[in-house]
Amino acid sequence: MEKFTTLTAIAAPLPLANVDTDKIIPARFLKTIRRSGLGVHLFDTLRYDEHGAERPDFVLNRAPYRRAQILIAHENFGCGSSREHAPWALLDFGIRAVIAPDFADIFYNNCFKNGILPIRLPREVCDALMEDVSPGDNARLTIDLARQVVVRPNGEEVAFEIDPFRKHLLQNGLDDIGQTMAHAGAIDAFEQNRAAAQPWLPKIALT
Amino acid sequence: MSGPRTLFDKIWDAHVVEQLPDGTCLLYIDRHLVHEVTSPQAFEGLRATGRRVRRPEATIAVADHNIPTSDRRRGIAEPESRLQVETLEQNVAAFGVPYFPVLDERQGIVHIIGPEQGISLPGMTIVCGDSHTSTHGALGALAFGIGTSEVEHVLATQTLLQKRAKNMRIEVAGRAPAGTSAKDIILAIIGEIGTAGGTGHVIEFTGEAIRALDMAGRMTVCNMAIEAGARAGLIAPDETTFDWIKGRPYAPQGADFTAAVSYWRSLAADPGATYDKTVRLDAAAIAPMVSWGTSPERVAPITGAVPDPAAEPDPAKRAEMQRMLTYMGLQPGQKLAEIPVDVVFIGSCTNGRIEDIRAAAAIARGRHVAAGVRALVVPGSGLVKKQAEAEGLDRVLVEAGFEWREPGCSMCLGMNPDQLTPGQRAASTSNRNFEGRQGPGGRTHLVSPAMAAAAAIAGRLADAREFM
Repeated sequence: MEKFTTLTAIAAPLPLANVDTDKIIPARFLKTIRRSGLGVHLFDTLRYDEHGAERPDFVLNRAPYRRAQILIAHENFGCGSSREHAPWALLDFGIRAVIAPDFADIFYNNCFKNGILPIRLPREVCDALMEDVSPGDNARLTIDLARQVVVRPNGEEVAFEIDPFRKHLLQNGLDDIGQTMAHAGAIDAFEQNRAAAQPWLPKIALT
Repeated sequence: MSGPRTLFDKIWDAHVVEQLPDGTCLLYIDRHLVHEVTSPQAFEGLRATGRRVRRPEATIAVADHNIPTSDRRRGIAEPESRLQVETLEQNVAAFGVPYFPVLDERQGIVHIIGPEQGISLPGMTIVCGDSHTSTHGALGALAFGIGTSEVEHVLATQTLLQKRAKNMRIEVAGRAPAGTSAKDIILAIIGEIGTAGGTGHVIEFTGEAIRALDMAGRMTVCNMAIEAGARAGLIAPDETTFDWIKGRPYAPQGADFTAAVSYWRSLAADPGATYDKTVRLDAAAIAPMVSWGTSPERVAPITGAVPDPAAEPDPAKRAEMQRMLTYMGLQPGQKLAEIPVDVVFIGSCTNGRIEDIRAAAAIARGRHVAAGVRALVVPGSGLVKKQAEAEGLDRVLVEAGFEWREPGCSMCLGMNPDQLTPGQRAASTSNRNFEGRQGPGGRTHLVSPAMAAAAAIAGRLADAREFM
């Protein structure tokens, strides 16, 4: 997983609430056995018409937002399915951070596993940031994870919250399975205690 | 934790392996359900790092999302779907994970077969790379959907790194009126609290109307807890639960069952346990529901009409409603019971159990699907199909003009051959009405099995009570 430290990049405004995971990546594109290659289908139905041609009015089809690495949206971003294909598609397109008033839980969690930083900021701040980046040539924001701030084009800083543990993993690009493996002894002990306390707990042994 | 605890608190506390300084917990996972769509990259990750599956005997795999629901003896025609199912078969063989093959009668939708087999039990932590894992909460288990990275994490460590969710209680007081079902209750709840109403919370459903539901109904309610944004849905296990579990293949048997029940009885919330949020609904006010928009919170009673965006004061919400009506091809003020349908889908992890098929067959008996309507009935598992056939329900449905198909996720998500074509309108017993969910350009109205069957007969959205 790629580290996330600071990012200065073009930010694309997507002023929609309840952007669901079917909108981010429709189910028909989930038939892959790989993580990469989904960027071309990101926001497929918003981005392309029924003949596969780009819709010129969709933000990610417009300069300079084609090169966006930050997305700004409205409430409940990522609601719906648990598909990690949603953050994979965002990442494959180049998105490293999403800013919204709030996120659906599973999507929020999935972002961190892929080096994407989801930032919760109040609706009025999201609207102000969208305003900041709407003149295309001024579309850049800076995100400083160590200091937990988004820097607006006018230099004003907006602070955001993040769990210390998630921040640590993201800043260092750490694989959390490796972290958990360090607790193998505690997991062993837990399993032994449970087996003693609940001996009736069945195993799945196929016949 | 000291003091009175909720059902969620008790299950959570019993599974904490370790707590990190910032409150993140290493949570032990009892059951891991695996399917073909969200697991290939996880197994690939295990291979790349030389890791093994820590507890294959706590894991069960099945293919459900991709598979066709027509005759499957000749395999899967679509190459990408076939590759995904073949990859699952190679992975379960290589890592020693128990698997129900596509032609096994125990195959079915992962959230139908877990409870059906007694693999999912009260008090357990259960995860799956699928958001509708919340279904298993109906047994009094903490069950939630995870992404593929977490699937890999559970395969490798049998644990997850999690922050404790907040407690939310939704009490549905009184009895639901005749002619309404669990689906109507949960649609009414989501209409009330919205699709982000449960974000960050585990919802415990309580109240007389919930207690009165059979296990199938409880699973329908918990299944759609995720549509209210909740991390999981829960219903305290009771005699209905224990009777239902008894004798299932992987459930404890004999003295073990007795020991298990005494533990399960201790799980109900303590008197005086507190919830961060409580919502009360009056069951008597619930009518058969139908969704009119492209979010599960956009619902109304079938006796109602399509709402007028002009009456919405918030400009962003007004624009969202207008976008929905354009997509759905509906006019403000249009009566819901006058909206014609092209397709009817009865099935899915929400409503693919035997009780759902019985409800649909009761409406279909002696009637016929309207001209021009395609109506599919897709049992949730091979065993549901077998039971329905033993009861003669397949004949009732086929004689009424319904298609009787093989088990799978089918038209719930546009991923296998069962899909809507652009502009087609469906009455569907599934869980999501997002744009394109059932196929690009498809229009979905979420309803109960009885309401879906009534729509098939009438050729339009219809009040199932008129057919009872």
